[in-house]
Amino acid sequence: MNRWLPRIYLMLVYALLYVPILVLVIYSFNDSRTGYRWGGLSLRWYQALFDNHAMVQAMWNSLWLALAAATVSTVIGGLTALALHRYQFRGKQALRGMLFVVMMSPEIVLAISLLALFLVVGVQLGFVSLLLAHVTFCLPFVVITVMARLSGLDERLMEAARDLGAGEFTTVRTILVPVMMPALLAGWLLGFTLSLDDVVVSTFVSGPSYEILPLRIYSMVRVGLKPEVNALGTLLLVFSLVMLVLSQFILMRNKQ
Amino acid sequence: MHERQPFRSAVLLLVWSWLLLLVLLPNLLVIAASFATRDPQDFLSLPLTLESYQRLINPLYLSVFTHSLYMAAMTTLLCLLIGYPFAWALSRVDKRWQTLLMILLIVPFWTNSLVRTYAIKLLLASNGLINNLLQSLGVIDAPITMLYTEGAVIAGLVYLLLPFMILPLYTVFEDLRDDLLQASHDLGAGRMATFVRVVIPLTLPGVIAGVLLVLLPAMGMFYVADVLGGAKNLLVGNVIKNQFLDARDWPFGAAASVLLTLAMALLILAHGLSRRRIGQEAVE
Repeated sequence: MNRWLPRIYLMLVYALLYVPILVLVIYSFNDSRTGYRWGGLSLRWYQALFDNHAMVQAMWNSLWLALAAATVSTVIGGLTALALHRYQFRGKQALRGMLFVVMMSPEIVLAISLLALFLVVGVQLGFVSLLLAHVTFCLPFVVITVMARLSGLDERLMEAARDLGAGEFTTVRTILVPVMMPALLAGWLLGFTLSLDDVVVSTFVSGPSYEILPLRIYSMVRVGLKPEVNALGTLLLVFSLVMLVLSQFILMRNKQ
Repeated sequence: MHERQPFRSAVLLLVWSWLLLLVLLPNLLVIAASFATRDPQDFLSLPLTLESYQRLINPLYLSVFTHSLYMAAMTTLLCLLIGYPFAWALSRVDKRWQTLLMILLIVPFWTNSLVRTYAIKLLLASNGLINNLLQSLGVIDAPITMLYTEGAVIAGLVYLLLPFMILPLYTVFEDLRDDLLQASHDLGAGRMATFVRVVIPLTLPGVIAGVLLVLLPAMGMFYVADVLGGAKNLLVGNVIKNQFLDARDWPFGAAASVLLTLAMALLILAHGLSRRRIGQEAVE
């Protein structure tokens, strides 16, 4: 079979995936208010973005939330992976099952179940509800990242630690945590990005007291075309790409 | 082995309480809510009833659901048609390039899907790039209406969800061994026969996993329909969101959500069965 045909096809699909993003990036530098004709290079939409106080506030809110959500989900996710890898306990399959369900559930199903919980228990919708929700949907991704790393662990290290009289906590702290570290970092970066990008769950569980970036973008893009969104989208894209490259770098460097 | 381990107990306690409180309990609440009676004051009240499920099949909503299902099905089909040959071609690329190509494929997973939906809007709008381009080339005189149509929603969903179809397909094509194809050829099977009787059955788990990862989100991603579809092209997600957040009709929204969960369970079951079948055939 022609060996070029598959390659051309691959390139074509990659082009489909990347052209819209490129167009957005290019238009973010477009100095034209009306329509979508090219009006020369300009940074005016970036300027407009940072002059908008509500927008800047929403950015900070989102950053804090993502930091907190990534950190909490990394701690809990790391411990969950540890428990699944190392301990035998009743209900282990059920635990795995719940994590799998969270990962596979359509976001909207997760969203309404959490909203129902918060309203029944009486959690005020705002930072706390957003944090609890974001940690929950980040958790399975951290767990699988860390589990993958632990599966390659040399068990003799653990036996050696036990023979030397190390207790459980000491063993975990001195051997397992260093082994898990690259995966924990990668999981943290993924959690941070997932939290920063989430629209569906946040739409349900956020309140007026804590406005976050994705919801602000959502209200902007529902009607018409807004040039500021091009600039904001470009910034977010660059940010996510940096996170992705960092996490791949961390994971690959440690594989060698 | 059985000495007291305070650390172990603390870890298990933390993990279990998080999952029970924030995964199991909320889901039980939704199931319970779907059987409750609607109450304008407290959102929910007794007696228990099947009314919400009956209303799901009321013609008004049924047409929304079938339209949503149609758009989601078209999205899934298009993703499969584009993704299947793509995953095959990707799995045959030189190993040196595969890492880079894989990273290029997961970039979308790391980038804001709302921003990417908006990027599609930039292309499709009546004053957007495609119309501008066609007009300045003289192909068309007046802008074509592409935005706020069913096609725009499907295009947006395919754009967002295609990588989720490709990834599981790529995994099964990676495992597809060339000697099996060679064996089929040696036994006298033609290309078509090999494809239908060897390649398709062996890649079926990947297909089902891809369908699972595309079909259900395609029904739930309400913001895609909001940004690209206008008021007429609603997804199940839009109905759930409207009933929950705007109309405050919890039982109805909960019932729709339970249906989505059941659909997910069925697809997961199908995926498990298809994998087990291949496992058995390999043993035989």
